[in-house]
Amino acid sequence: MSLAIHEFLANGTPTPEQIDAFLADRTIPIVEGPEVTFLYRGEAAEVSLQHWIYGLESSREFTRVEGTDLWWIVAEIPPKSRVEYKLGVIHADGRRELVRDALNDQLAHDPFGSNSVAAGEGYERPDWTLPDDDARPGTLEQRRIQSEALGQRREITVYLPARYRRSRRYPLLVVHDGPDYLVFSSLKTVLDNLIHRLEIPPMIVALTASNDRLHEYADDERHGRFIAEELVPAMEQRYPLVGRPDARCLMGASFGAVASLSTAWRHPGVFGRLLLQSGSFAFTDIGSSNPRGPLFEPVVRFMNAFREAPGKPAEKLFISCGTYESLIYENRSLVPRLQEAGMTVRYVEARDGHNWENWRDRLRAGLSWLFPGPLWMVYE
Amino acid sequence: MTKVVLLGPQRHVPTVRSALDDLGVDGPVAVVTAGWEEREREVGELSEHLGCETRNLKLFSRSEKALDKDPELLDALRALNDRMRTLQEHYRLRLAHTMGAVRELVARRGAQEGALLEEEIEHALGAVHVLDQHHTRRTADALGTFDERYKPTERESIGRARGKVKRDLSPCAALLVAGGHVAVLATRLRLFVIDQLIEERPVVAWSAGAMAVTDQIVLFHDSPPQGRGFAEVLTDGMGLCPHLVALPHARHRLLLDDPSRVSVMARRFQPASCLALDERSRATWDGKRWTLGAGTRWLGPDGTLHEEAVPA
Repeated sequence: MSLAIHEFLANGTPTPEQIDAFLADRTIPIVEGPEVTFLYRGEAAEVSLQHWIYGLESSREFTRVEGTDLWWIVAEIPPKSRVEYKLGVIHADGRRELVRDALNDQLAHDPFGSNSVAAGEGYERPDWTLPDDDARPGTLEQRRIQSEALGQRREITVYLPARYRRSRRYPLLVVHDGPDYLVFSSLKTVLDNLIHRLEIPPMIVALTASNDRLHEYADDERHGRFIAEELVPAMEQRYPLVGRPDARCLMGASFGAVASLSTAWRHPGVFGRLLLQSGSFAFTDIGSSNPRGPLFEPVVRFMNAFREAPGKPAEKLFISCGTYESLIYENRSLVPRLQEAGMTVRYVEARDGHNWENWRDRLRAGLSWLFPGPLWMVYE
Repeated sequence: MTKVVLLGPQRHVPTVRSALDDLGVDGPVAVVTAGWEEREREVGELSEHLGCETRNLKLFSRSEKALDKDPELLDALRALNDRMRTLQEHYRLRLAHTMGAVRELVARRGAQEGALLEEEIEHALGAVHVLDQHHTRRTADALGTFDERYKPTERESIGRARGKVKRDLSPCAALLVAGGHVAVLATRLRLFVIDQLIEERPVVAWSAGAMAVTDQIVLFHDSPPQGRGFAEVLTDGMGLCPHLVALPHARHRLLLDDPSRVSVMARRFQPASCLALDERSRATWDGKRWTLGAGTRWLGPDGTLHEEAVPA
């Protein structure tokens, strides 16, 4: 297949006006089947594509169209992929910049800023992640819990479903990095929509956060005590919760997934459901040195011990991971261990990276499997 | 013969009032909101829309209270529910294979010789139909055995509660049945044997209420987040209006622009017609035939949606 960029350049060096017209007519990057053309316009000594696809060369140089300020590169991006990227620009004076793609208004945000997004052919943002006027909105309220385990007071945001009433009993979902899930993964919108669509039951969600997550979430026993022995009892005292393991779920992504697994493992019988996204489940088959650095050392110790003797931290686990993540091996290899230990596991992969929109897009599959809603029975 | 009007969802575009006007009913009316479960009493918006005296029959709360006073019946009802769940599980297991075969055969259209394949699809649909009928019989037997053994309306607690329902219903010119949880609703309608209390009153029912008053309750969703989305027969309904499967929220729940799916759904439940009950939909049964309101559609065996009269 002849690509648009090839046809455009076939007639020789384009004029600035022709370049303007070429760019104005198209959505950038240009997606043509599995081939995606990235473009940059401006004076520079060098331009490169910086992406977060594990397994591919992370920096790929653009080609400059001779005699112009247009740069281009064609990359293969499989169907239904989502790729977050930036452009590396080296200016004539040697100054280096990592910038968002000015020709692409598709952005993904995270706690560190934002990236440009290239969606492969066939990827569409799921409609249940977008606000729906029909969906009755739940509410958020702030609570404070004095934690003896952590030696400090913690802010908790609590999601109450629409039409919340004290005479009813609800399941409890505890979310690590909860405020980030709200902002970067549209969690409140997702909950409102899935409850409205009857795909999950109305539930109460405790959104927790830590200002030292890389230590606290890395199998810190104090964190486990806080969640299992302080937060859950406080929630059950304050709200009408079912109060059984099968109606308690821990959820988290990356280190938050480690925290969820570690907490459930340290407190067996408390949590019946786990939703683990792109878990940083680093382990070693021999020895304890790992290439991921000192922050991972407690994780590796935990995961090695867990893999040796998993026990049964929960009945049902939903695990998801992006195939473009470096953690894909760790996540894939965890699944048979869990199954061998008698747990029911659903594992889902997506052509995406270690990012909040990947985690957002998997929420429906995870939540509706762990907590099936009354979809088949309710017709309002 | 009871006149029955089936309506689509009422939340955004309520049409009950206009249906009552067309029936010549200006109140008071009785309403069953048992499908709303613990929200049963929250009929404020509905009453406001109706603009006439509304008597809530409170089947949900009355049954809860009555069963609290009759532990033997409560235990029996729980055992019945367990049995019904088990029957549904067994049926679902078998349905996955029979409907799976239909879907796989349909997916071969275009790749294989037409007539040969169509005969096979027809036969496979026949197997599904047989299974649906078997399940309907099994659930009807379970319910019948329960009724025969425990005779709920002859027991003091349910009998007294039913007396109150009858008293509340007596001055009413029509019975309204709202949607919600269809199994909860159907169970309460059965427990109080409401069909024998209606007499000549017209019935206006919507969403799950519409499903419950027809003769067969079919659960459905073409694209659920889990599973393959094979429609399931739940059990018999009240049977106030024949030959029709009510499909509320069809626009959201069914892939109506997929002719293969529409055709399979329509053919599976023949001779009953599958009625799409969306907002503003209306179907009226006058005891002899169905009349459809403007824009109300039923699923044709040819895979398209029809607005003309439902086949007799």
